[in-house]
Amino acid sequence: MIELNVNGAVHRVDVDPATPLLYVLRNELALNGAKFGCGMGQCGACTVLVDNRPVFSCLYPVSSTAGRTVRTVEGLGTPAHPGPLQKAFVDTQAVQCGYCIAGMIVRAQALLEAVAHPTEAQIRAHMSPNLCRCGTHMRILEAIRRVASSGELHRAASKENRS
Amino acid sequence: MSTPSDKPASPGRRAFLAGSGVVVSFALFGTLRVRAGQENTLGATVLNPKLPGDLKIEPMLDAWIKIDATGITVCSGKVELGTGVKTALWQVAADQLALPLERFRFVTADTALTPDEGYTAGSHTMADGGTAIFHAASQVREMLVEAAAAKLGVPSAQLVLDNGIIRSPDGGQLTYEEAAAGVNLHRVAAETSPATDPAAYRYIGRNVARVDIPAKVTGGAAYVQDMRPDGMHHARVVRPPNRGAVLASVDIPSAARMPGVVRVIRDGNYLAVVAKGEWQAVVAMRALQASAQWRQTEAFPDNASIHRVLKTLPKLDYVSTRQGAAGVRQAAPVPEAPPPVPLDGPHVERLAATKQYVLHGSIGPSCALAVWRDGILTVWTHSQGVFPLRAGIAGLLGLPKEQVRCVHVEGSGCYGHNGADDAAADAALIAHRMPGVPIRVQWMRDQEAGWEPLGPAMETSLEVATGADGSLAAWRHALWSTPHNERITNPGRLLAAWLVSQPIAPSPPSPIPQPEGDADRNAVPLYRVPDVRVDMHFVTQMPFRTSAMRSLGAHINVVTIESMMDRLAERHGQDPVDYRLAQLDDPRAIGVIRRVADEFGWKTMAPRPANRGVGFAFAQYKNLMGYCALALEVEVDPERRSIRVLRVVAAVDCGQIVNPDGLTNQIEGGIVQSTSWTLYEQVQIGGVGVRSVDWQSYPILRFPQVPDRIDVHMLDQPGKPFLGAAEIAQGPTAAALVSAVGEATGRRMLQLPLVPNLWP
Repeated sequence: MIELNVNGAVHRVDVDPATPLLYVLRNELALNGAKFGCGMGQCGACTVLVDNRPVFSCLYPVSSTAGRTVRTVEGLGTPAHPGPLQKAFVDTQAVQCGYCIAGMIVRAQALLEAVAHPTEAQIRAHMSPNLCRCGTHMRILEAIRRVASSGELHRAASKENRS
Repeated sequence: MSTPSDKPASPGRRAFLAGSGVVVSFALFGTLRVRAGQENTLGATVLNPKLPGDLKIEPMLDAWIKIDATGITVCSGKVELGTGVKTALWQVAADQLALPLERFRFVTADTALTPDEGYTAGSHTMADGGTAIFHAASQVREMLVEAAAAKLGVPSAQLVLDNGIIRSPDGGQLTYEEAAAGVNLHRVAAETSPATDPAAYRYIGRNVARVDIPAKVTGGAAYVQDMRPDGMHHARVVRPPNRGAVLASVDIPSAARMPGVVRVIRDGNYLAVVAKGEWQAVVAMRALQASAQWRQTEAFPDNASIHRVLKTLPKLDYVSTRQGAAGVRQAAPVPEAPPPVPLDGPHVERLAATKQYVLHGSIGPSCALAVWRDGILTVWTHSQGVFPLRAGIAGLLGLPKEQVRCVHVEGSGCYGHNGADDAAADAALIAHRMPGVPIRVQWMRDQEAGWEPLGPAMETSLEVATGADGSLAAWRHALWSTPHNERITNPGRLLAAWLVSQPIAPSPPSPIPQPEGDADRNAVPLYRVPDVRVDMHFVTQMPFRTSAMRSLGAHINVVTIESMMDRLAERHGQDPVDYRLAQLDDPRAIGVIRRVADEFGWKTMAPRPANRGVGFAFAQYKNLMGYCALALEVEVDPERRSIRVLRVVAAVDCGQIVNPDGLTNQIEGGIVQSTSWTLYEQVQIGGVGVRSVDWQSYPILRFPQVPDRIDVHMLDQPGKPFLGAAEIAQGPTAAALVSAVGEATGRRMLQLPLVPNLWP
């Protein structure tokens, strides 16, 4: 049995410890957000946060999550109560087929939690591991900029808000 | 209420499953099909050519709109591929029914439920599917109003439609469902519909938020990949290194003993493994793959030789001509058409262009589910055409079509004929051997790259004679390409059918005819030329499997035409924009060109520093559909071998705009996608075949290479037909990039992709 903490809940799963996290999230936990794209860490569709850092869940062995916390796009909000980035992606209609989008949101979340107001160049460099084939990039960047301008995801800011 | 016809039910064709169930017979179709019966370019059969849009192929109103006690359902045979059409079609239905969006259901392609509209492709969805719904909804609304007038005892002109309630001045009211009781919607659509005033639309022309986006940004179930029916097993296929390879040996017993594995399938060169867990299937697939020994039977051309090789292969010549103001005439194909006499005179300009094979490159490799249960094989697929796929799968498995149901569920964007149909055939083939077990097949990245039909490598050449004033006198365009439309017209067009021990041959290639065109799409210029000839050398033997990818031949043909227009403008000492305008008659073409020139500041630009360049291009997609003009500016850095797109300004005219933000999204996407194709993309070929197996061997544009800015201007045409959008920007973007990079580098590179060819 492997124990893992995903979106604040603890799960115990009976899988080969070498299984990539992606397959556990999608199959054992029935979470749709992280997607299979390449299985090689080249496209970012599977991006999730492990201890606040973006990782390619298609390569990340589930056993390596021991003692760490995993967050997926499901942990960032719901259709009724979207997180700031989810809301910005809806507001800017920053989706075409949308297959890459959960990975985009999760990777952007990591940046905006760490850096309150990243520059355009920082945003583009940070998002570089994630591919979009529909050409939705202009809108993805705009959605990220909107949240970046508020600084609301920055960890220092969120702590202040909570206190 | 429902409107059952008095004909016997035919549940195999179209039983409406929801609620109390309107079961509709289509016995009528037998006779209609015999009389008409030509296929349109999307694989659907035309029954009544006089009707608007796809009512031509499905003339019965109740195939599109069903009303029963459970409510109102609008059905479309088109599918959401990520372009937003589901929302746009829904908007059209809402306005024409005079109903709020949330007041009715909207169902897309399902062979058991919806009209057969062939493929969702070619920027046809709004033009054909949208137009059909526009008219069907209008006619049904009129029928309901007439029925309500009779029931309420007042003239129909006095009735008011109020959010799904039909009200009379004396306080009487009926819901649509009440009004529909006893009304038989099973009737052939009329050729004309009651007029609606574009100024009164509540949804058409508005930025209605897409219905599919909330689930996609929060991890909701949105894709076929997200389906997990009870008892589902995971399958993986093992592919040969190429199509001609023969399986010499493979260790099946070892794979069969691996954890979780329940079945290993071998049928000729077809190999698959089925396991309870997905990762178990992947591990077993790898073991099976490692043990498989393949005998090579073919050699392949490489990237340097492919264009030369194309000219040596079996072909058919399709010659199209346009004389004076007449339309385009395409002659019947011949193996060897007499070549045109070379043009001469004081002003003859020549150029040639090439492109390499390109990948659709869906971010999510193809996936499908299937289950064989109770005599019905149900397949959930992200195919662009569930009806042709059903016929193909039925033929592959030797089942009657009535025993196969294909249901569209969204997948990753496909941009044309990718692995979707083949993955569906894999799921069907495996599920058919394991009754009662839902089978999910997920292709791996290298399988999608190696086995999807490629966008064809092409070569074009163009020779144009002009008068002293620059007027176009004669135009000779020639091109070499393998097919762009290897859709599922027979079971042999499915990959699995080639690999099994009893293979089925694909039906012979056949191009989409002019004026829509195939490899010769957009090869006939919209410009005023009294004498045009286009020779399409349609290469019928494919060294690499190719099929439809967004814009087909228009990508390189528009590059060819627009590069020629730039050269001719230069030769005759004219501004490129003025020169184009002088050769055009169509006011809508002129409209988008002028708008871009104004918004870009074409005439007022400051001189550019070294390493910068601008480009301008125009095309009307297929000379029939959306108009797109585009200007852009680039900066090149030869040291870093990079090209930065500083700004792009586009203007489009797609007829009546249904969803302006959706249209903008499509145009932006087309620009970015074509930027990636044009600057970076080429499939590595040679050796054992396709050598691009991942995103390192097939790099595409990443965020740092995205244009700094894109502005899209829309010229709305209220009351005019819908013209489609998703493929109209690709050609002009490529042509403008070629031009701008030419200025910035001083080298007019016409070999795509530009970056690796400029700096090998």
